[in-house]
Amino acid sequence: MATTTMTMAKALNEGLRRAMEANKKVLIMGEDVGKLGGVFRITDGLQKDFGEDRVIDSPLAESAIVGTAVGLAIRGYRPVCEIQFDGFVYPAFDQIVSQVAKLHKRSDGVYTMSLVIRLPFQGGIGAIEHHSESPEAYFAHTAGLRVVSCSTPEDAYWMIQQSILHDDPIIFCEPKCRYWEKGEVDTEHAPHGLFEAVVRRPGRDVTLVGYGASVRTMLRAAEAAEAEGRSLEVIDARSIAPLDLDTMAASLERTGRLVVVHEAPHTASIGSEIVSALSERCFYSLRAPGLQVSGYHTPYPPSRLEEEYRPSVDRILDAVDRVMGFDA
Amino acid sequence: MIGEELVQLLTPEGERVSHPEYESSLTNDQIVSFYRDMVIVRRLCNESTSLQRQGQLALWAPVQGQEAAQIGAGRALAPMDFTFPTYREHGIAWCRGVPPADMLRLFRATSNGGWDPQKYRHSVPTVVLGNQVLHAVGYAMGVQRDGAEEAVMAFFGDGASSQGDVLESFVWASSYNAPIVFFCQNNQWGISTPMSVQSKIPLYHRAHGFGFPGVRVDGNDLLAVYEVSKRALDNAREGGGPTLVEAYTYRLGAHTTSDDPTRYRVDAEVEVWRHRDPIERVKALLVREGTVKASYFDEVAEEAEGLALQLREDVLAMGKPDPLTLFDDVYADYHPLIEEGRREMVELGVAGGEH
Repeated sequence: MATTTMTMAKALNEGLRRAMEANKKVLIMGEDVGKLGGVFRITDGLQKDFGEDRVIDSPLAESAIVGTAVGLAIRGYRPVCEIQFDGFVYPAFDQIVSQVAKLHKRSDGVYTMSLVIRLPFQGGIGAIEHHSESPEAYFAHTAGLRVVSCSTPEDAYWMIQQSILHDDPIIFCEPKCRYWEKGEVDTEHAPHGLFEAVVRRPGRDVTLVGYGASVRTMLRAAEAAEAEGRSLEVIDARSIAPLDLDTMAASLERTGRLVVVHEAPHTASIGSEIVSALSERCFYSLRAPGLQVSGYHTPYPPSRLEEEYRPSVDRILDAVDRVMGFDA
Repeated sequence: MIGEELVQLLTPEGERVSHPEYESSLTNDQIVSFYRDMVIVRRLCNESTSLQRQGQLALWAPVQGQEAAQIGAGRALAPMDFTFPTYREHGIAWCRGVPPADMLRLFRATSNGGWDPQKYRHSVPTVVLGNQVLHAVGYAMGVQRDGAEEAVMAFFGDGASSQGDVLESFVWASSYNAPIVFFCQNNQWGISTPMSVQSKIPLYHRAHGFGFPGVRVDGNDLLAVYEVSKRALDNAREGGGPTLVEAYTYRLGAHTTSDDPTRYRVDAEVEVWRHRDPIERVKALLVREGTVKASYFDEVAEEAEGLALQLREDVLAMGKPDPLTLFDDVYADYHPLIEEGRREMVELGVAGGEH
């Protein structure tokens, strides 16, 4: 097994490189992706190796980055668009929802919307406004789109390649605060399918489900809970739309208690969807209502307050206390 | 009113006029054939309006008045060129070979598309203003990367000219020198919004600000539209980059069958444009030059009548689609919610087809 230690940023870079080597139709497009290598350096060195026609430094307009990618996909290309930050995706929202999501259907399957929209999302880097948002639910709500998120370098390496190979349009959410964390990457075998949830830590008492940056936080909470004699199972959803409810339900059938962790406001969120869907599936196994630990119903705060806003180990443990309390 | 920069090769009275930069290259056979196209497209359009009035279509977007703009541009296209329409490009669809009944699937509300866009090299209708123009630019960037000698034509109107997507398209096409022709049919009205609210300068002037040429052509002049379109398409294919063609025309009918233009524009204006009717002026030319026998006009009208009857028959035969098709082609690959929906519908015993 060929494993290498690398950061998530490097893993994404290597994954993109491998996808571009494998298929000449794969293009990268976005703001500052070429010479600069992207503001997070995810595409570092790719323009130098693949040329300006395949790694396209674009003018600054998100709707056009996605809209022209649609045209390239119609022509048979497989564009990977970089949206610089989560909060800048909204100018492209119209193209994503009205065109990217619907053209396969509208053309009776003739058009393949084989494009990936990379979206650095969630907070935790001390940024100014519009650089730390969690817009995944907007896209998960739209039929025709798929939404995935990586939480480890190994997933980043494989999931970006799997997304590029996939024929449906994929919103690829990258937890930007994990870009610089290192992990082992098996570069020979993909450990999981793109749409599978994965149990990151087995446990007996409570099922924690989350994705992206929240996975690390959940694992820390599980370690802390262990010291108190509580066994938490941590599931990395990985695919946000569709959800791998089978894996989550199998866990919940055993634990009977569910806490979902994410950074978006909880109303009409991925957390709401997971709690709702699993309540229906696992009703007779539930020992407590499913809870969410999420962002508050406020705009993402000035980042000096982001640690109060984002799900923390303490807030997760508090929710664990509450679901455990229903047994009394 | 129109201005001296307008490219015109045929007056409203059907007289040929010369222009310093453009000359008609059309043979008599071509003019005769394109006249037929225009008559048929108008007749099919009128039939569609009737079908809507009779409750057989959910909506119809008439093209009446814009036939020269669409047949002129549509016939200037080469077979391998690719076109990105709005919902009013019935004349372009006709030129691309889309069967008339397929053009009405959207309006019959049996499909959100209607035809195979790759087969006809004519994309599916786009209802959100301006979205398709970016697709056209992206497609043109693909043509460029393939090294293909093809051009792309993007259609939009004066209404969509205010959309960010259209203006971003100008930036992209200019920056990458994309092989594209932006074909703007300025029909003077975006539903009730007049041109004066959309732009304080002629639309074709905008192109200069983006760094590529813009041309205003008499959109009711078949000969001029053909030449201007052809030159712009040739230029794109030869690597000359984008051109904005503003076809200066008029929407003689309503925006759609849901619209009431008498609320926002005066009859006198419509009358002025009726005198500039694009079909009548070609007919006047053909009569003036004795190109066809007098019986030709009746023959074309009769053929159009037959096609209209056929269209009516085809549309009436278009039943409600099988409800299970709801779940087809939402995704290219397996999706659990699609399977769940399909299963639920089957279990509910929803039968397919007409009922």
